[in-house]
Amino acid sequence: MTDKALPAEKAADVVVPRAKFRLANGYITALSLIVVGTVWELAGPGMNPLFGSYPSAIWKAGVRMAETGELMKAIISSLQPFAAGYLLAMIVGIPLGLLIGRYRTVEAALGIYITAGYAMPLVALVPLFMLWFGLGFTVKMAIIFTLSIFPICINTWEGVRAVPKTQIEVGTSFVASPLAILWKIVLPATLPYIVAGLKLAIGKAVIAMVVAEFFTAISGLGGIIINTANQFDTAAMFVPVIILMVMAVGLTSLVGWLERRIAPWQTEISGREAA
Amino acid sequence: MAPMAEVVLKDVVKTFVLQVGGQAQLVNALKGVSFSVRPGEIVALTGPSGCGKTTALRIIMGLESASAGEVRVAGKHVQGCGHDRGMVFQHAELLPWRTALGNVKFGLEMKGLRGKELTERAESYLELVGLKESMGRRPHQLSGGMKQRVGIARALAIDPAVLLMDEPFGALDAQTREVLQAELLSIHAKTGKTIIFVTHDLDEAVLLADRVVLMTKGEVQDIIDINLPRPRPRGDVVAVRAHDEFVQKRYLIWKALHAGAISSVLH
Ligand SMILES: Nc1ncnc2c1ncn2[C@@H]1O[C@H](COP(=O)(O)OP(=O)(O)OP(=O)(O)O)[C@@H](O)[C@H]1O
Ligand SMILES: [Mg+2]
Repeated sequence: MTDKALPAEKAADVVVPRAKFRLANGYITALSLIVVGTVWELAGPGMNPLFGSYPSAIWKAGVRMAETGELMKAIISSLQPFAAGYLLAMIVGIPLGLLIGRYRTVEAALGIYITAGYAMPLVALVPLFMLWFGLGFTVKMAIIFTLSIFPICINTWEGVRAVPKTQIEVGTSFVASPLAILWKIVLPATLPYIVAGLKLAIGKAVIAMVVAEFFTAISGLGGIIINTANQFDTAAMFVPVIILMVMAVGLTSLVGWLERRIAPWQTEISGREAA
Repeated sequence: MAPMAEVVLKDVVKTFVLQVGGQAQLVNALKGVSFSVRPGEIVALTGPSGCGKTTALRIIMGLESASAGEVRVAGKHVQGCGHDRGMVFQHAELLPWRTALGNVKFGLEMKGLRGKELTERAESYLELVGLKESMGRRPHQLSGGMKQRVGIARALAIDPAVLLMDEPFGALDAQTREVLQAELLSIHAKTGKTIIFVTHDLDEAVLLADRVVLMTKGEVQDIIDINLPRPRPRGDVVAVRAHDEFVQKRYLIWKALHAGAISSVLH
């Protein structure tokens, strides 16, 4: 059998280093940051320090806050409810999305709440949340959970609907149980959508965190924003803002890295330009 | 080895209900199809596009249920899919997140195999189709012919009594197709499986099959015996092609199909 087989079946002979492209992309991003930072640094000092700030002033304010230990405390107090709320949204949102997408009855029963919930004006509900959950960790977590579960759930749901019937039929023809079809076909086929939902949810969760801190306890990074803004210390106000943005970028690339680990086929078959 | 099966279709009717502009429309895909397949036999289903070949195959597989009539495999009524039948899809339909090996493992996992036995069995079937070296590759890293062979290995691995194939080599170039046809014949010689396959290629039908079921518009028009010797000279396709029987039967089927095509144009 093998003797007559087609040629061209040697194991991959040449290994092309693909880190090269990564590095190049990293350079482009770094260069872009340097250009934007420089322009900001040069233009910033001309501005009234009330209305704006610039990198070196923000850096100095940041160092000052870090030295007092104030910054680290705020970061930790923000990150804990953030992580808890986001993870809980993931644990509930993904299975819920899978079930809604897979079973029409579940979709008919619950789909409407998910769609409506996605558009929920959360800010209006925060006072109510405070009545239910008080002012501490729980309310922050609940707000973060509420805002991030919907993009996760909706994306998963949409992903399940996009699974080709032919892939389900592969399962059916090999007599897969409904659970096996869900676990071994629907879930992996939906992964790219789930990851997209997780990325969207990071931004939502960051916003939710700051909103929660504005309203509830004046603590955490959101608390610093409020306090510094009240003191018209614009440079210091930018410190937590930038930390939050850096955090969102970091988490997004963490999710991207996870995606490449769990779902390497996806990046390989996507039609994106390489460089 | 699984016990050999016999496939029987008796007056099988399939009516699809289509919604066209809010109105229900009936499509009679099969209007009473009957034929039977002996154990170890290779039967080709052929006929013009839309005549119901895929539908018939899917009903035998249990992916679709018949509106009327009966389908039996090894004497048992077909109700849904079973491990006694293996399907090779027209476009392989490999799971893109699994490697070649992982795809062959899939059917075996569903059959309840685990651990070392699972891996060894899957590897041995990849070897059978000549893909042991490429077992770590994902579908998008395989050529069309390689994918099709993984699909065949996946179906064969669960050791079904009946192998069902929907235009398995349809999308391939002539050379690859000939290699795979020869492989199929040698797999058949080794395993003695009952094989039903759909094809548009008359050469392929006559070359591989013991009998050719000719369908038109949801009905069996004719069943033609092919009396070529078996095992057929593997790889040496030229020898078979030169055979009187091959030339004759190929012409017979061509004429039958042609008559059908002409009458459908005229009416
Ligand atoms: N799910 C479906 N819903 C409605 N009609 C269908 C469905 N599947 C098949 N049909 C119809 O049934 C008829 C037979 O289709 P089938 O796919 O079996 O043809 P075929 O012989 O395999 O054709 P081809 O050679 O083009 O693959 C066609 O008229 C087709 O439109
Ligand atoms: Mg077809």
